[in-house]
Parts: sequence; structure tokens; C-alpha cells
Amino acid sequence: MSNILDLNLAGLQKAIRDKNLSAKEITEAYLQAIEQNYQSNCFISVTEEKAIQMAKESDKRIERGEALALDGIPIGVKDLFCTSGVRTTAGSNILSNFVPQYESTVTEQLWRDGAIMLGKCNMDEFAMGSANTTSYFGSVENPWTTRAKFGKKLVPGGSSGGSAAAVSGGLAVAATGSDTGGSIRQPASFCGIVGMKPTYGRCSRWGMVAFASSLDQAGPLTRTVQDAAILLKSMAGYDPKDSTSANVSVPNFELALNGDIRGLRVGVPREYKREETPPEIENLWQKGIDILKKAGAVISDVSLPHTKYALPTYYIIAPAEASSNLARYDGVRYGLRAEQAELQDMYQRTRDEGFGDEVKRRILIGTYVLSAGYYDAYYLKAQRVRALIKQDFDNVFENVDVLLTPTAPSEAFAIGENDDDPIKMYLNDIFTVPTSLAGLPAISIPGSLSDTGLPLGLQVVGKMFDEESVLKVGDILESGVEFTLQEVGKQ
Amino acid sequence: MKGLIEGQTGTWEVVIGLEVHAQVSSESKLFSGASTAFGAKPNTQVSLIDAAMPGMLPVINQHCVRQAIKTGLGINATVNLKSVFDRKNYFYPDLPQGYQISQYKQPIIGEGTLTIVSEDGEKEIGIERIHLEQDAGKSMHDQHPSKSFIDLNRSGVALMEIVSKPDMRSAVEAAAYIRKLRSIMRYLGTCDGNMQEGSLRCDVNVSVRKIGEELGTRCEIKNVNSIRFVQQAIDYEARRQVELLETGASIDQETRLFDASTGQTRSMRSKEEAHDYRYFPDPDLLPLEFSQNYVDEIKAELPELPDNKRDRFVSEFGLSAEDADTLVEEKATAEFYEELSNGRDKKLAANWVITELFGALNKSGIGLRESKVDAHNLGSLIDLISDGTISGRIAKDVFGEMFESGGSAGSIVASKGLRQISDSRQLTGLIDAVLSENHDKVTEFREGKDKLFGFFVGQVMKRSQGQANPKLVNELLKEKLHG
Repeated sequence: MSNILDLNLAGLQKAIRDKNLSAKEITEAYLQAIEQNYQSNCFISVTEEKAIQMAKESDKRIERGEALALDGIPIGVKDLFCTSGVRTTAGSNILSNFVPQYESTVTEQLWRDGAIMLGKCNMDEFAMGSANTTSYFGSVENPWTTRAKFGKKLVPGGSSGGSAAAVSGGLAVAATGSDTGGSIRQPASFCGIVGMKPTYGRCSRWGMVAFASSLDQAGPLTRTVQDAAILLKSMAGYDPKDSTSANVSVPNFELALNGDIRGLRVGVPREYKREETPPEIENLWQKGIDILKKAGAVISDVSLPHTKYALPTYYIIAPAEASSNLARYDGVRYGLRAEQAELQDMYQRTRDEGFGDEVKRRILIGTYVLSAGYYDAYYLKAQRVRALIKQDFDNVFENVDVLLTPTAPSEAFAIGENDDDPIKMYLNDIFTVPTSLAGLPAISIPGSLSDTGLPLGLQVVGKMFDEESVLKVGDILESGVEFTLQEVGKQ
Repeated sequence: MKGLIEGQTGTWEVVIGLEVHAQVSSESKLFSGASTAFGAKPNTQVSLIDAAMPGMLPVINQHCVRQAIKTGLGINATVNLKSVFDRKNYFYPDLPQGYQISQYKQPIIGEGTLTIVSEDGEKEIGIERIHLEQDAGKSMHDQHPSKSFIDLNRSGVALMEIVSKPDMRSAVEAAAYIRKLRSIMRYLGTCDGNMQEGSLRCDVNVSVRKIGEELGTRCEIKNVNSIRFVQQAIDYEARRQVELLETGASIDQETRLFDASTGQTRSMRSKEEAHDYRYFPDPDLLPLEFSQNYVDEIKAELPELPDNKRDRFVSEFGLSAEDADTLVEEKATAEFYEELSNGRDKKLAANWVITELFGALNKSGIGLRESKVDAHNLGSLIDLISDGTISGRIAKDVFGEMFESGGSAGSIVASKGLRQISDSRQLTGLIDAVLSENHDKVTEFREGKDKLFGFFVGQVMKRSQGQANPKLVNELLKEKLHG
């Protein structure tokens, strides 16, 4: 059974097809791995019984020859996808007792296709963070900690830190995440796995606890690009219950992985070359360029002049939306309530006890930038800059098909390292935020190991709804870099 | 000009603007599929969206959009092909999202006008805008000694906020404006205008100024829920402001509440305490966009509105403007009248509706909907007058009976034997009897006391129990007395 955990999603599909493994065997292997590694804190809730039940149903279908696409595939679900009858916390004390009576569209589609829920993955509180250290349920340990050349426990990145660490550490073959400013891609980079943020509107946001509505987008965290393509197919699709969901057909993403990028135009944005970037990341970037060039792509230098404004723009728009989105957590209808005689006191105590520091910080920033007298200078200006950033991408995409950049400006850092410096923490998203603001699809591919032995990721960004090119290029990079997860966490 | 206030220091003019919150007639809510039916048990018409459960998203109800467009067309307003939903942020227990989805800078309907008839004749009142927004739920503070209860049935119900320009100058004008607006919306079927059920509520902005001066500081009186209260609130508030200004004090811009039990307004919150609503475009919703074609299609289906109907009643039916106004104000009345007058004498029909039917309805304090006399029935009664079967006088009695019992005119006339007596022989018999009983008066009449003719007519009618054909009685009496 030891090799079950080494198989990727596509590998498990084959083993099931070939009747070498049953859904139940696979699921039990993962549940056992979760139990053995529970100190890694990847899961807020493990849904053991449900997983076994779902596995049995998968096996019945497989036996009847009616297997669904994801039958027997055990996955982790970021704890902001509402799951019917299963506690959904968004990593927050304020929802620490919340059990939804409804299923998010994304998870509904995964179960529709036969996937098995192992549990709910840890995350930064309300997806606000880049290290998974803001979770009410505690930090998550990056499985690469044991490989690193220094003794501190490392963060998995965030906010989808539990999802990334689970996939990287062999506690789930794949997981769902959500990406608002880099929350799938940056932890994927830190954990040496593949993480994809699809085009805004590709996956329904219905039933996903909102952080910043105009940016939030669900996506897969997987071990390979092919796995990402398979999982995304099930997660994506138009949903009339989400007004911002795009009514476009969902291609069979897997078919895009044909290995042929001859003549494909790849842009390398010069504004992403920063003096502060460590040489090992620069080297990885060059390595990526070389791989794509060798595979027949045409590389060109491009300019995204408003890149430097992306981070401040993001840190106005996202908190503004969050300050409003989180107003519903008031102790009145569900979630935590700190009983008080007076209404104002109840509100204050509930939200004081219910939210952590980072969430409070962003609610304060968001409330401030929307206030009368500041709205024009902050929120309105940020919206205008956002339009310019989007325009930058539109311009370069007239001449190139995809962009290649590093995913994150650093390797995984130690737990607690940046906690006292929000700005430094925010800089983690410097390469991922611009694409979020523009709503574009992007993927992070593990590229190499740093000098300290930690994974570093490369980011491929594509045009709106052109996930296929992004995946295709990601696939080429993946083959070219010869990065392997096999020994992670086993030393 | 009416509506002026004579103060110690001169004459003051009252300036009024209204924000009317009209509930959109719709089966389901503005952004969810939950029912909007009135009177359901608390919290039985609440979707996951209305309760603002985590991860729930609003989806616009197309019907409500259509209703807003219709209303805009009904007041000849600009329909904005692109509008934006914004969030109005504030905390309140019956506001589950912590914000109300409303429209702020880009409403669905722009400027329009409607015409009212006031003390000074016809007057145009400008309308600034109409926007769509969600209603909040209801807080109940009287159910438990220390707790408040929340009913979310109304949460998310679609409202149109119809904002007038400060064009009204008296409480009477404000009342006429609300009635006219309500009438138009009822014709359009976009709001039932039922103020008791809260389908129509008003925020009233009042200020005063000396004639010719700049607009004064206004106070906003929140959530007034009857036309009578609107008038009382304006009258009280205007006098309060005049009294303050005349003592040299100034008006604080503030939000006030109207207390129906005292007829007074009192301060609710000052400008300093006003909320900062932190409006911003709702990122869960795309801008609301539709084509001019869509608007044109709706326009083509609009029913005849009260102003057009009134003009037609005057020009085609020959009714007086006043009667026409009365008949068209309520859609139901106009429909009743049109059915009744179809193929009948228009003026006679109008008289019957306005004088007899309205008189009886007012007296018994019920509305047209509860009336037992329908247009078909009343029409039969009028037909009986027209063909001479009964007199107008008898008809009134028959109508009284119809109004009480709901019986048909024909059956009441038949069962009570109320047919008019037009048989000369029968009438001559009655006349002879009257004359023989009043020898002295006959003598007086023949000696020149002409006025006694009316007395004889009355006696004959009385003897016939009102059934005698008055025209024939007159003719026959003349022959007898002069013959």
C-alpha cells in the first residue's frame, strides 16, 4: 500500500481503471496518512466517515462499470467551501461552530464527478494571509521543513496553506484552494506543487466564503499539471447562482497538454525583474525561458508599466470588499456570539473575539478607504489603477500568448518570521497580485530547489479564459525542470 | 397661493420633497427566489441569500427590473440603459448582510415628472430618480422582556425609491403627489400602494423660507406610512421650523420621526450622528444593462395611464374635468366606470358612480372592491331608468337595496313591485282620488295659487308609493286642474 500515496491523481485514475486499487483502499491510505501526520495541522476537520462512505459509493459505481471521472480520488477541501453538514470555518473563530446546510457549487461538482472528501483544509483566516499563520486553528507546517537545511518549522504559504501542505505532504492527492491575490499560487510555490488560479468567473463563487468578491477564484492544488487540468474540469463551469460566473463552455483541459508549443509567443515582463529578487529565483526564471525556447516557443521581452502599483491597489480593493463582506458576521444569526445585554456590546465583543488581528487590520483598512472623504482618493483611484493594470495585460497579449514570471519573491520562510511586519508579508504576493487584479488565469509550477533545499515556483499567466495555453506551457515546464516530489516529507 | 404660513415676521413658504419607498409588485424578492407574500409567519419566507449565509450571492430578479422600467416610463422619465448596484453599509440586526444593496450614483431611472391637481390647479412635480433596492427585515422589541426578535420575511424584498424634487409647497400638494404616484403605479401594476401593509412608505423632507429666498435647511421625517400622517407631519414640522426661525434660532439638519399619537415630529439623529454608509459598487453584481429595444417593448405594452384616460373621458365622453379626475384616480374605479358606461349614457353613468355609489361606499366605510354592486348590476339599474321602467327616484331606493343585499336591480324591482306606473287610466284614478280628498286646495289653486301644483304632484306620487311616472302625472294633473 505504500505506493498509493506516491501516485498522482492521473496515476490513481489508472490504478482504479485497471482494478489495481479500490476507492476504499486509496481513501483509507490517505486517512491513515492524515492521522499519522495530524501534527502538521493541514486539516481543520477530517471527515473520515464521510470519506469512507463516499469511497464505498465510488467502488459500487466502479464495480457496475459506471465509474465517474473522479471516482476514488480523495481530496482536501479548503475550509471556505461550504460543505453541507460539515463544519466550515474559513479558519476563523467567528465561524468555528458553523455547519452549512448547503454545498458550494465547486464542491458539489466534485462530488457529482465522484471525488471523495477527506476533510477541510486549514487556511489563513478568511483567506487573509500568505503564511497560514493567521488561522484561528493554528499554523500549518510545510512538509519541506524536514528537507530544509535549517532547523525551523516552515510556513506552507497562504492562504491555501493547509491545501498545499496536504498535497505536498501526501495527505491528499489534490485539494481545492482559492486565490484572491496569490493564495493558491504562492503556497503551491512554497510547497513544491502545482497550483492554478483560473480566470475570474471560470469557477462559481456560490457557497465559497467571500474575502474579496471581485478577486476570489477557486482553483486546484495538485502534484502535476495534468492533475490540475483534470480537477479544474470538474470545478469549473457556468453557475446562474453567481452573477459574476462566466457563461463560457468548459474545455477538456487535459487535451491541451499535447506538448506542442512551437511558435507560441511567451512574454517576459521586465517589471518583474527586481533587485531584491534572490539570484536563485532569477536563475530559475532563466531556466524556464530556456526550456520554453528549446521547445519552440518565441520569447520576447514585454512591459507591464503599472506593475508597481498593483500591490497598493490590491491592498485597497481587497480590504474594502472584505470590510463589507465580513459585516454579516455579527453574531445575530449564526456563528460565534458573545452574549451581552446591549446590542452594540454584543456586536463589539463578538467581532473582537471572533476575528483575529489580520482580519481586523483589513476590515479597518477597508472601512477607512471607503469612508466619506477618502473614497475618491483611495477606492476610486484604486479602481482606476486596476483598469490600467488590466490594460497593460491587454496590450501585451496582443503580441504574446502567455507570460512567464517567478511565482513568489522568496522560498518558504519560518513560522513567525514575518508575522510582525504586515508589509513584508504582503510583498509575498508581488508577482501574483497583478494577474488577480486583471482576472487572468495563472499557474505555479515547481521549478527548482533553492540553495537551502526548498522549492521555488514559476508562474505562467494567460489570456482571459485561455487556461489551455497556461496548462500547456505549464506541462512543458514541468517536464523540463525535472522537479520531483517523491521524497518530500519522508526523511 | 395656498400652503403659506403667516408668521410674526412675514409670510413663509413651505418646501417639500418626498422619497417614496414603493414595494415592487413581484412574486419573489429582488435578489432571491423567496416569496414576498404579505402576512406569512415570521421567518418562513427567507432564502439562504436573504439570511446572508456565508458564500451566498445575489442574482437580480428580471421581473423587478421590468417593473422599475415600467414605473419610469409611467412618469416620462429617462430610463438608464446601464445602472449600478451599490452596497450601503451599516450594522443593524434586521439587515443580515450588514449592507443594503441599493443604487447610488447610477440609478436605473433618471429624471421624470408627474402632474398633480392641487389648490392652485394643475402643477408639475419633478422626479429626480428612481432606484431599486432591498428592504430590510423587521425587528420586534415587544415579544420578550429582554430580547428582540427578528423577522426576515421582508429582508430582500424589492423596493423602488422614488425621489422627488423639492417642488411641493403644501401638505395638500404632497398628498396629491403621493396619490398620483400611487395611482400611476397601480395602473402599471408595479406597486399595489397598500400603505397599511407597508408597500408604500415615505420619507418627507421639509424646509421653510421667506418667498423668493434661498432654500432653507431641511429636516427629513423618516418612514411615514399614511397620507394623512404625511400631511400632519408636514404641517407640524413647517410650523415648528417657522417658530424656531422667528425666535432667531436656526434649523439643525437632522432626521426626525413622526409620532402619530401626538401628531408631532421629534429628533431621531443629527447630521453629526448621520451614518457614513461607505457606498461602493457591489462586486457580487455586474452593472445592470439592457437595450433600448427592451425598453421600447415594455413601453409598447404600457396600459392607458390616468392622465390620458382623464383626457379621453373629457373629450370623448363629455365629462367635466372634475368628474373625470375622480373617476380615473383609482384604476379599479376607472375600470368599473368604463364597464358601466359602455353602451350607456356616459354622464348618467358618471353621476351614478360618483354620487350614489361613492356616497354609499363612503357612508359604509368600505372600498369598491368590497362593494356588492358590480358594474353589470348597476348598469342594469341605469337601463331600467333609461327605458322608463322605474323613475330616478325609485332607482335610488332600488340601489340602496342592491347595495345592502347584493341583489340584481331587475329582481328587486320585480319582487317589490316597483315598476313605474305609466298607465293613464291607473294614474287618472290616483289623481281623482287626491283631488277629491283636497277640494279646498283645488279651489285655492283655481283661484290662482299656482304653487299648489307641486303639492298635488307630491300627493299623487305618495299615493303611488313613488311608482307613478312623474312626467305623466304632471301632464294628467295639468289637464284635470285646468280642464
